[in-house]
Amino acid sequence: MRLVLDHLTVRRGPCPVLHDISLTLAEGEFVGLLGPNGAGKTTLLRAALGLLPAGGHSSIAALPPAARARAAAFLPQGREIAWPMPVETLVALGRPGRRPEDTAAVARAIDRLGLAPLRPRRATELSGGEQARVLLARALAQEAPLLLADEPTAGLDPEQQLAVMTLFAGLAAEGGTVLASLHDLGLAARHCTRLIVLDTGRIVADGAPRAVLTEALLAGTFGIRAHLSEGPEGLIFQPLGRVAR
Amino acid sequence: MRLPYPALLAALGLAGALLFLASLLVGPAAIGLSDSLAALIHGQGEAVTLVMREVRLPRAILGAAIGAALGLSGALLQGLLRNPLAEPGLIGTSSSAALGAVLAIQTGVSAAFALALPLAALAGALASVAVLLLLSGPRGSTLTLILAGIGISSLATATTALILNLSPNPFAANEIIFWMMGSLADRSMLHVQLALPFLGLGALLAIPAARSLDALTLGEDAAASIGVNLRRLRLLTVLAAALMVGAATAVAGAVGFVGLVVPHLLRRACDARPSRLLAASALGGAAVVLAADVAVRLIAPDRDLKLGVLTALVGAPFFLHLILRTRQEGL
Repeated sequence: MRLVLDHLTVRRGPCPVLHDISLTLAEGEFVGLLGPNGAGKTTLLRAALGLLPAGGHSSIAALPPAARARAAAFLPQGREIAWPMPVETLVALGRPGRRPEDTAAVARAIDRLGLAPLRPRRATELSGGEQARVLLARALAQEAPLLLADEPTAGLDPEQQLAVMTLFAGLAAEGGTVLASLHDLGLAARHCTRLIVLDTGRIVADGAPRAVLTEALLAGTFGIRAHLSEGPEGLIFQPLGRVAR
Repeated sequence: MRLPYPALLAALGLAGALLFLASLLVGPAAIGLSDSLAALIHGQGEAVTLVMREVRLPRAILGAAIGAALGLSGALLQGLLRNPLAEPGLIGTSSSAALGAVLAIQTGVSAAFALALPLAALAGALASVAVLLLLSGPRGSTLTLILAGIGISSLATATTALILNLSPNPFAANEIIFWMMGSLADRSMLHVQLALPFLGLGALLAIPAARSLDALTLGEDAAASIGVNLRRLRLLTVLAAALMVGAATAVAGAVGFVGLVVPHLLRRACDARPSRLLAASALGGAAVVLAADVAVRLIAPDRDLKLGVLTALVGAPFFLHLILRTRQEGL
């Protein structure tokens, strides 16, 4: 399923925090949403999902709530688990029905993230990384064609970060559409099929990783210089130092 | 040991039923088991029938209904606020109901007709819900809701204190203090008829909120993304809790700690699922209030020990114990 945003604008008080965002994400794309802190990444994801009032149009936010839940899954930035639910119950929140296909979707999500051994444990008693996997499984259990994830790799160890990126690339390869906000430009450069860079609420670059991560953009938007090279497993990004903006 | 959910509900229901029976059988009029039940059902023997039907039956019904309402409201509010420390008094309904009752006692309106006092309390409760919803507004966040509730609650408590402070009539002040302690003594079928519709309506409103409360475990954004209408959920939950707590306080005064402790106690047995905790807390709350109301009659048969005093006296140390356990095991 495609995600179409048309002139999406969000204001906080008088100042716009998201200016006139128009973009289309197609099936099979794994899009990295990049930008420094405060660039509007979270706001863009939330506005696209209809979680905050916005001007313009989002193809997902326009749907009625039940259809929206079938079309798009969302992994918020704050990893909240309010109650000590067993892992399996928590994952099933993404798919609350009792039909066989619902239970099967929950089982697939648990398998996909290797959570089978943790199934009966209380989610609140797990480590931060395990909780992140449980919450991701909850979002996957929706088996929605679109997945929007807000900083899915934050706070994870390198192996888990790679696992998440590989998983998302796999979802896209299966025909899904993934939009993930990321801070790790190296992971984004290597795994995403497309990068969108936000700066102060505007899109400043959009395209293939090699085309987007230019010296000028890295210096102007992120205030860094970096070494980019083409390795056998894809684009390699190595930050070198800060530059004066 | 872990009970499956239906077995847990059955056990709580059975405990409630036995305590309901106990509540019918305990009282100053010494009536045998078979005599009392025969009088209740067939109406043999004038005085006994009167005691059973007009004194003990309404008391037992109110104990079960108010206990269920307090347990359910506590579970609802803890689920909505995602906080195990939330309790029904948080949204200000109970203190506003108390203010209504206190005004009725102080002005002498309460003596005008039988239901004047509970009606005034109910009016106080409903007014507080209106103010709460007005203050937090249709777009209000959960935080605004709590803060508005705390504000209303403080204002109602302060006004009650002012009335007590300036009361020229020591008898009225005395009556107010005793009323605020919470009791089910000397309640009639009229009280049952006044409270039950509100308690029932509140419980009905809780049903469509159950599933959404489960999703809210993941936070508001995630819940909304799975299709939860947060505005509707807040409105349903707050109205349900306010109706039940308002009606309960109106007929029984303040019965504390039930709404806080009962959901806390049953949470793990319900796999921490807010939806399952609702029914379990209603049944558990009924059992606890019935047990407490039997206890006040057994502990001090001729001293009129107040129900609210007992629930707080037992509930508070128990709550401290729960906090200690929470510290060791997590929620």
